[in-house]
Amino acid sequence: MAYLDHAATTPMLPEAAEAMAALLTQPGNASSLHAAGRRARRVVEESRETIAAALGARPSEVIFTSGGTESDNLAIKGLFWARHRSDPRRRRLLLSAVEHHAVLDSALWLTEHDAATITWLPVDEGGRLTPEALRAAIDENPDDVAMVSVMWANNEVGTVQPIEALARVAHDYGVPIHTDAVQAVGQLPVDFAASGVDAMTATGHKFGGPLGAGVLLLGRDVGCTPVLHGGGQERDVRSGTLDVAAIAGLAVAAEVAVKEQPARADRVRALRDDLVAGVQVSVPDALFNGVPVADAAGRLPGNAHFSFPGCEGDALLMLLDARGIECSTGSACSAGVARPSHVLLAMGHDEERARGSLRFSLGHTSTATDVDALISAIVPTVERARSAATALR
Amino acid sequence: MKVLAAMSGGVDSAVAAARAVAAGHDVTGVHLALSPSPASFREGARGCCSLEDSRDARRAADVLGIPFYVWDVAERFGRDVVDDFVAEYAAGRTPNPCVRCNERIKFSAVLDRAVALGFDTVCTGHYARLVDGRLHRAIDPGKDQSYVLGVLRPDQLERAMFPLGDSRKDDVRAEAAGLGLGVAAKPDSHDICFIPHGDTRDWLRERLGEQPGDIVDTSGAVVGAHDGAYAFTVGQRRGLGLSVPAPGGAPRYVLGISPVSRTITVGALDELDVSELVATNPVWCGPMPALPFTGSAQLRAHGEVHACTADVVDGDLMVTFADQPRGIAPGQTVVLYDDDMVVGSATISSTR
Ligand SMILES: Cc1ncc(COP(=O)(O)O)c(C=O)c1O
Repeated sequence: MAYLDHAATTPMLPEAAEAMAALLTQPGNASSLHAAGRRARRVVEESRETIAAALGARPSEVIFTSGGTESDNLAIKGLFWARHRSDPRRRRLLLSAVEHHAVLDSALWLTEHDAATITWLPVDEGGRLTPEALRAAIDENPDDVAMVSVMWANNEVGTVQPIEALARVAHDYGVPIHTDAVQAVGQLPVDFAASGVDAMTATGHKFGGPLGAGVLLLGRDVGCTPVLHGGGQERDVRSGTLDVAAIAGLAVAAEVAVKEQPARADRVRALRDDLVAGVQVSVPDALFNGVPVADAAGRLPGNAHFSFPGCEGDALLMLLDARGIECSTGSACSAGVARPSHVLLAMGHDEERARGSLRFSLGHTSTATDVDALISAIVPTVERARSAATALR
Repeated sequence: MKVLAAMSGGVDSAVAAARAVAAGHDVTGVHLALSPSPASFREGARGCCSLEDSRDARRAADVLGIPFYVWDVAERFGRDVVDDFVAEYAAGRTPNPCVRCNERIKFSAVLDRAVALGFDTVCTGHYARLVDGRLHRAIDPGKDQSYVLGVLRPDQLERAMFPLGDSRKDDVRAEAAGLGLGVAAKPDSHDICFIPHGDTRDWLRERLGEQPGDIVDTSGAVVGAHDGAYAFTVGQRRGLGLSVPAPGGAPRYVLGISPVSRTITVGALDELDVSELVATNPVWCGPMPALPFTGSAQLRAHGEVHACTADVVDGDLMVTFADQPRGIAPGQTVVLYDDDMVVGSATISSTR
């Protein structure tokens, strides 16, 4: 098996799994006052401190959630509601056109069920948003902006956004900015305080932690209306009994992933560069999507993304799967049916190019053998997919 | 063999796939997404393209331990089946979309793609048998679906696999339960899968709009009005809403539809009797039989079988009946049988 889909989820680190396993059978609700509760709370608070240290935040800025989707929902809806309530003129959400569906659909929901409107921030062919474009969008009417959300790094094509510069622009106007850093943590240096953003999403299963556990880092003065109501466990912004074991696993993973990030990024980048070079030699007409690999800071080290002209992405995926190579199509799945990715379309590519694309994403368990497996399979796979391409049209 | 199992999410296609696995084949499951925006929930027993069906198919594939993918055939299906269905009704004919789907989608677009991707066969849950490469009726007469497969040429049949033809529906359900397939008790789908509420008239009205016209009797006298000829089908008795009763109060039936003049002609039951029909584009499921052919004909899915002789004249199929089948509508498919074996088919263009 060659697992080239780390952007979907990456295997858990053994250290994180051990930390979790040790706690799974221990009783204790972190909100209880007795000894078991105190033990649980201690684990939670130590984990909070570990995560804060790893991500450049204060412990009080760490809000535990059930993962990236929840954090994005909380950030978009919570910041919008708080800003709109304090000044009803504020209704405009400024979003990059390449956001993950957790951000995008939360925002769309607010336009359908609330007073929000959306301004889409354009990206260039590499998928990158410029601070000037953000400034221009705010300048249209600085008074009606509720918030800005721009992802740190894109999950499909791996483009890294100039987050610090974007945050500065937003703050020139006193507008809060959220970033979805789900793909960035563990792959890039991520420092919440230094980035200047007001809110940041991260999720455990993309950096070696457990599934179903994540954080929203939320600046202490940033108003955020809760989405989940109940016991108010997390700063009254998020309710729900905390998953102590998962939080412990999350903290261990964050610590390890951040500590090992520089070395791991170099190793993974070298493998990725081999993969890209190998595919380009084998399939000379393959089109590389996103920022060129030569721009090392502009692209996630583990991401490679190609369009194969004349092929359907789903056929390529199936044929590679049959050969034990696991990757993703470059398209968003809606109802099990592949739709051309909004990310590639926003980058100015046509449906054809979007449809025939594949994402290969490497991570901490990737090896040269995985890359070689892909390189030796890609030619027959592309040939076969090409001959099948027109059947369903 | 490398087998592509088309899995609708129903019990039949799941058991068909299971049998292909049990026979030792290398099976991959595929759900054909037919609608560009699948509805989230199944409405009653109708429809076969909801999200829930796709999940049921996936779950069955997981139980069988086979890879599973969704293939988006919505564009082709929309063009070759749905648009064709609307155009046929608009032209006053009565199409069978399942026949067209088998002819143009399952055993054409999907089969072509499967072969190009390295598969040997497409396996479906149709109740029909392949005996020495020839298509035969299933042994369960209540479930037999050879009629809707009567449009397949030998080269298509050669790459088709119908594992259920030797079984009765009850046994298929029991087998599904035994295999732990959750779809074992799922109701059968019927009606037309892209018309989930089952109201074809309403569905057509949404697409074709109101096109009012007269209902006349065989003498040409106006006996009623309608708001769209496409809402009628030859042989129909209900829902005519006639304002002038027939002499003697005998029930009246639709005899003919003229979409251009927007006229529906109605008359007595015996005027529906047909002794001969002409059908276009004959397809032979095996070698062309010696002509004239003597055998039987089926004129609609689950319809009666009529003894007939058939011949080809100027490329069209002429079928002559010994008895007088009733209410045959242009657009329907006539399928010829030699006993239980399917010989061929054609699309009815006129009757006498
Ligand atoms: C950029 C991005 N945001 C959000 C998510 C959702 O995270 P989770 O799976 O933890 O809900 C993902 C992962 O699919 C992602 O890649």
